[in-house]
Amino acid sequence: MEEKRLMRKSFCIFLLSGLVFTSIFFVKTKNQSPKNIWVSLVLNTNCPPGFVKDDQNRCVSRNLYLQYSIAGAPGVGGLKTALPAAREGFTPQQIDLGRHLFFDPVLSANGKISCSTCHDPNKGFSDGLASSIGINDYPLQRAAPSLWNVAYLKLLDWDGRAASLEEQMQGPLFSDHEMGNSPENLVGTLNEIVAYRHLFGQAFPEKKENEPILLDEVYLAITAFQSSLISLNSRYDQYAHGHHQALNKNEIEGLNVFRSFVARCAECHTPPLFTNQQLAVIGAPEPPGKSFDPGAEITFNEKTLRGGFKVPSLRNITKTAPYSHSGAFKNLKEAIRFYTLGRGHAVPEGEKLTLHWHIWEPQLSDEEIDLLVEFLHTLTDESFMPSKPKILPSQLNSNS
Amino acid sequence: MKKLASFVKFLLIIAIGVLIGKFYLNDTSSSVPIPSTIKYRYTGQNSNNDSREITPVFNGEIIEVKNGGSIQKAVDAAKSGDLIRVYPGIYHENIYIDKDDISLQGVVIKGEWPTLDGQKKLNDAFLYSGNGILIENFKIINYKGNGVMGQAGNNFIVRNNWIIDTGVYGIFPQYGKNGLVEHNVLSGIEDAAIYVGMCDNVDVLHNEVFENVAGIEIENSRHCLVENNYAHNNTGGILAFITPGLPIKTTFDVIFRNNFVVNNNHKNFAAPGSLVSGIPAGTGILIMAADDVIVENNIISGNDNVGVLIVDMANGAAASKDPNVEPNPDRVVILDNLMYENGNNPKGELKALMMTQFSKKGPDIFAIGGGQGSTILDKNKYRTFGIDNYGIPDILDTKHITTFMLDKPVAPRSLSKQELGELTYYGVCAGCHAYKERLIGIPTETIKAIYANNPEGIIDYMNHPKNLREDYPEMPPQDYLSEDAKVAVADYILNTLRE
Repeated sequence: MEEKRLMRKSFCIFLLSGLVFTSIFFVKTKNQSPKNIWVSLVLNTNCPPGFVKDDQNRCVSRNLYLQYSIAGAPGVGGLKTALPAAREGFTPQQIDLGRHLFFDPVLSANGKISCSTCHDPNKGFSDGLASSIGINDYPLQRAAPSLWNVAYLKLLDWDGRAASLEEQMQGPLFSDHEMGNSPENLVGTLNEIVAYRHLFGQAFPEKKENEPILLDEVYLAITAFQSSLISLNSRYDQYAHGHHQALNKNEIEGLNVFRSFVARCAECHTPPLFTNQQLAVIGAPEPPGKSFDPGAEITFNEKTLRGGFKVPSLRNITKTAPYSHSGAFKNLKEAIRFYTLGRGHAVPEGEKLTLHWHIWEPQLSDEEIDLLVEFLHTLTDESFMPSKPKILPSQLNSNS
Repeated sequence: MKKLASFVKFLLIIAIGVLIGKFYLNDTSSSVPIPSTIKYRYTGQNSNNDSREITPVFNGEIIEVKNGGSIQKAVDAAKSGDLIRVYPGIYHENIYIDKDDISLQGVVIKGEWPTLDGQKKLNDAFLYSGNGILIENFKIINYKGNGVMGQAGNNFIVRNNWIIDTGVYGIFPQYGKNGLVEHNVLSGIEDAAIYVGMCDNVDVLHNEVFENVAGIEIENSRHCLVENNYAHNNTGGILAFITPGLPIKTTFDVIFRNNFVVNNNHKNFAAPGSLVSGIPAGTGILIMAADDVIVENNIISGNDNVGVLIVDMANGAAASKDPNVEPNPDRVVILDNLMYENGNNPKGELKALMMTQFSKKGPDIFAIGGGQGSTILDKNKYRTFGIDNYGIPDILDTKHITTFMLDKPVAPRSLSKQELGELTYYGVCAGCHAYKERLIGIPTETIKAIYANNPEGIIDYMNHPKNLREDYPEMPPQDYLSEDAKVAVADYILNTLRE
């Protein structure tokens, strides 16, 4: 009897160890295995480019614009201008954990949509669509904004509804139409994945063993990763720092049109971030067949903000066509031409909007429009592009 | 006969001499004074706060531009500290100055000005982003955007310019700290002739502004002194307000002192939709949502709508509401002023409200909307509306404030070599190089080993990369970095950087 039990026990142990062995083997060879398997992933201990690690293992931003930071600098203005304060101080491990989460479709209810589905690094952290597609192919209302330099932004979402990345990400995560998840299901799923429990342990070393993954840790890690997406080394930046040969004659002329008070681009798309982080009612159209989008009117319950959206950054703008909150403009030329066609020309009949005072009739020539497009091409810099994780802790396939 | 011939010869020689003398001795360049720079007050140890003596010495080369030449070419050639002198002539240029400490001085000869003419085709006459820019003695006409626009340049001087119809603004420093706008004459501007926008510590002195929509505008700016100006026949004379929806959310600490604000009754010709298109003609001084504005010793007369208009955002601005702006004008202080013959032809809402007071005339001072803590020295002196709650001010005058400019220039941030090296390494190099691992380029540890004690080698490689390794892509030249940054980063890699 005793023997039998022992035999059964050792058989079980044998079976179990065999299972573990084959699983590990599977992970190593085919990257396919059941959930709940221990994966020996070690998070990056170095900060991503653009950051120095301080003596407390925190990543602190480092870039040439810090040359200009003086007390009380507003973070907007001309060429040699300081940036606004950044979200920073995350550990390398938190940033790297965020990277894994960002690319992992396990964050969505059906395991098919990750953050990177709509914020694809290869498409300027947008998706190339006029408006994004959510869970079960649900057609969403607005375009996916780029994530480059979000570390510096205090107004998030097109309609300005979120003031922090943590707050912002809960929109798509838990929207029935976007990633379709719920807070309970999200942490529940992650806690079932041993690899994630292991990784969260690395990123949050103060966590007790067996303490479950918390929602706030998920938000923090994704925020940490998003805050590491820095693009400040474009040819424009070289010009701004004083290397005037970085731009050719046309591009400098384009810059001058951009910052002139006739075109007024720089009044809202203010360097160095190329956004002044404000809401603006510009009267941009919806694509045919789409109803009018009230935008910030809903967020702030304020009639005069009807049709208002946040001013998007123009960094890496050539990567994110089509343009505007609704993707109504196919290319940069079309987007610029909107501003020359007359104040309020695209406002639907019966809509009374408090249009921004900078929307006027600058009567830009075709040549000036071409120069602007040439200048906008100088704002491209993806030298700090993060890499996609080779293996996702969930073992799912990343879809971007 | 011979005598006569030699006398004629003698005369001829004299005449030629005079001509040559005129040609050479009349060389104006020797008589053009060097521009005076910003004077800074002694503060601290020195008890005499008024002595403005710390004057930076002008040093640099003088680059001359004569009629037919290009001012922009001179700017391109100029180094920090240089003076560009522009002689009379017509120049059709959009001049941009993305350098620090450049002075541009027009030379006016017998009433002939160096004239920048945009011919209604060019956008802006001067655009500057550098610190320490000085622009004086130019006639600027027929631009579409601005006469002079500054974008984030500190320590600026715009002086003695004659600006006619340069489009939307005449002189427009934006995001600047510590500046002086004085002795300019501006007319025909469809928005504000002098527009201090999102600035700090700016003095606007001794200017004449007329036939503009707005004469002088202090907007989303702090610590500004507007003194001794003559604002006449604009739609609105002198304004302090907050525009909603801008990244800087406040206007406060503004003094309007010793100005003539007279007959500002010009028809409003602002572009539809612009904020100033809502200013009723006949407005002397307008204060909207700005705090701590002091109105002192001005002569305010003949403004047909109202002498001084004080409004909150809800009553004043036809713009989207900004949740981050405090919309009320608080602590306005009206000291001694001379006001008469204002309000002879009031407009719109103001007219309707005055009718409720059984008056067909507009008042000297009209306040409507929210706001608290405002005061007035001698209420009985003026015809007023809406200031019943104004108390008595704590002060009689502002004599102790001679300027809002700073007692020393806004200094650029000074970085140590090590700090600059660190910014450059992590801000630029780290995109391709990590300490121990291979990224796009070789590990920095390897670079350290190869170039030990040889920072010049690193700098040389940054300027002229050679593809030394077959299994690595060639590094693009990093010659766009400043010499300082290259030296600093080479030193940082070799001597400071650790894993």
